[in-house]
Amino acid sequence: MSSVPASAFLALALILFCIGLYGALTKRNTVIVLISIELMLNAVNINLVTFSKYGLNPSITGQIFALFTISVAAAEAAVGLAILISLYRAKKTVNIDEMDIMKH
Amino acid sequence: MGLSTKTGRCQALLGFDKIRVVPGTARRGIVIMMENAWLIPLFPLLSFLILLLFGKRLKEASAYVGILFTLASLVYSILVLFERFSEPTYGTNFEWLTIGDIHLTAGFEVNQLNALMLVIVSLVSFLVHTYSKGYMNGDERFPVFYAYLGLFTFAMLGLVISPNLLQTYIFWELVGVGSFLLIGFYFYKEEAKAAAKKAFIMTRIGDVGLFIGMILLFWQTKSFEYSEIFKAVDAGAVSGTMITLTAILIFIGAVGKSGQFPLHTWLPDAMEGPTPVSALIHAATMVAAGVYLVAALFPLFQASKTALLTIAVIGAFTAIFAASIGLVQTDIKRVLAYSTVSQLGYMMLALGSAGYVAGVFHLMTHAFFKALLFLAAGSVIHAVHTQNIEEMGGLWKKLKFTGPLFLIGTLSISGVPLFSGFFSKDEILAAAWEGGHPILFFLALIAAFMTAFYMFRLFFMVFTGKPRTEMKNVHESPANMTYPMMLLGVLAIVAGYVNTPWFGSFLGDWLVDGNPRLGHAHVEGPIWIMIAATVVSLLGIFMAYLMYYKRSLARNWLSGTGDTLHTILTNKYYVDEFYQLTVIAFTKGLSYFLRFIDVFLVEGLVKGVVGIVQGLGRTGSRMQSGQVQTYGAVAFIGLALLAVIYALTGGYLR
Repeated sequence: MSSVPASAFLALALILFCIGLYGALTKRNTVIVLISIELMLNAVNINLVTFSKYGLNPSITGQIFALFTISVAAAEAAVGLAILISLYRAKKTVNIDEMDIMKH
Repeated sequence: MGLSTKTGRCQALLGFDKIRVVPGTARRGIVIMMENAWLIPLFPLLSFLILLLFGKRLKEASAYVGILFTLASLVYSILVLFERFSEPTYGTNFEWLTIGDIHLTAGFEVNQLNALMLVIVSLVSFLVHTYSKGYMNGDERFPVFYAYLGLFTFAMLGLVISPNLLQTYIFWELVGVGSFLLIGFYFYKEEAKAAAKKAFIMTRIGDVGLFIGMILLFWQTKSFEYSEIFKAVDAGAVSGTMITLTAILIFIGAVGKSGQFPLHTWLPDAMEGPTPVSALIHAATMVAAGVYLVAALFPLFQASKTALLTIAVIGAFTAIFAASIGLVQTDIKRVLAYSTVSQLGYMMLALGSAGYVAGVFHLMTHAFFKALLFLAAGSVIHAVHTQNIEEMGGLWKKLKFTGPLFLIGTLSISGVPLFSGFFSKDEILAAAWEGGHPILFFLALIAAFMTAFYMFRLFFMVFTGKPRTEMKNVHESPANMTYPMMLLGVLAIVAGYVNTPWFGSFLGDWLVDGNPRLGHAHVEGPIWIMIAATVVSLLGIFMAYLMYYKRSLARNWLSGTGDTLHTILTNKYYVDEFYQLTVIAFTKGLSYFLRFIDVFLVEGLVKGVVGIVQGLGRTGSRMQSGQVQTYGAVAFIGLALLAVIYALTGGYLR
């Protein structure tokens, strides 16, 4: 197989996750926040695949689980975007600072 | 549970809660009146309730409600009194509360003293009700006045048929409430408001003594019942010191209620109330409650020489002290008020000298002639619209009925022979002499002289001479005011003949019948006492005659021009000022100190706690911003911190 060590994959996943987390916590545009969450999900997927290959008990389960996650994430993205659009219709904005109805 | 016994009081035997009749005692069925004596206080209560609910609609007709119900009480009381002449004491009790082994009872009792008091109270109350219809005519709170009168009469009648201390205490306080309401009837007047408060607080000071005494007695004898207490005292179950202590504490209650020195200052101030109220409460009934209490608990007092001596000394001192103040007062009602204080002192002196009969006798005659004097004074005030005797004069011709009636009252209180006051005062003087208090006897004799002097000073200044101010429109009071006075006038003359050294001591024999503890029916004093009493009273009248009628003696011949004595007397020995400087100043200081603690310490503490909680709440609510991103950031930082801690400690917190 290849000589790329597992730590490289894990580092990539870590970097991706951190970028995603940073984006999710700091960006004001709700669309960007959603995209950042997708990034974090994918970082997790990389982790799953890495451990299914280099883990203590390598097996196909991790990869199947990653595929499963991708499909659920797709559905989630669809629902999320739908909510976002209806929210936009209601509030005429995608600025996340103004979406504070949980306060009330 | 109820029983009527041949000789003694009704005994509350604890542990029974059903009606129980001892067989073989007096003819039952004949005591039907006494059996239902509990109805007597309920009539005025009913009047009070009716007037409370419908007074506004009844308006002036409320007077008839009050008059009718008190008339019912009066008639019933008289029937009970007559029945009590031939029948033994009747009493009944039922169990009220049971706490552990302690049984508290409630009920009523008709003994001689109670039957007599019932008649006195309901009679004076009835007459005052009638009189007030004229006196209070046109007052916009007329129904309220009658309602209060009803409440007071209920309380007073309830007080005098109570068979135990606890019940007495409850009615005792109710009487205080009635008095408070009636003194403060003109509550828009500052003086009336202050007087009502003063009366309430001063009597409360005494009531604390009564309360402590009552609880101590209960602790010692396990009962509030008079009969049980006397039994325990007779059996020697209570130590001598304890008897003295409780007796004096209970006497303190009587001191407050009966306006004895040093708690007398409220009584003259209470004259701010309407005059019929002064006649009913502050002359004939409520102030006599203290004397009644001492008389009702007489066997207890008799068990302690010290307590009796205390009563006698305070009584004699009050008698002369108040009489000397009465010499110089210029308000017609205040003169009568100080005279009341002085006469109550006489009664206490009599009781303290073991003269049970003399005290009760004087209580009765005083109720009649003092009520008469107050009602007559009210009639005068009604006619001339002033209470200052310096502004009156020459009213004898204008007030055809009031003048002679006032004279009857004055003669009676001065102790002129053949009037009721003469007989009762003579009894008291004899009791004081025989009781072994020569000093107190002479104090009382001097007080008798002063009484005659200031009463006739009052009479001459009001009714004789020339009017000192222009008085228009002076007219005699209406019939419903003069008739009660006439009845009292008759009683003020004849009431003394029920107990005289000449025609037999009927009242005395009856009062002590079956109760050897109460002492002798009649104290046979030396004949010179009667002569001395007559001489001093005539001397007092003669001096008043010279100074205020003939004016051959200057009004200030005794005190000279310096007038130091006069100033002291006018200012009532500065007792009020003394209280102002000592007790009140001390209380105020203490109150300010406590207020300081309250404002700065207690409130500071509370405000501190409030501040902390509010701060916390405000921070918390600020943290809930609704921003999901903030929440996420905080959660992440928390997780990161946990991870760092985990990494540093290796998973264990030591």
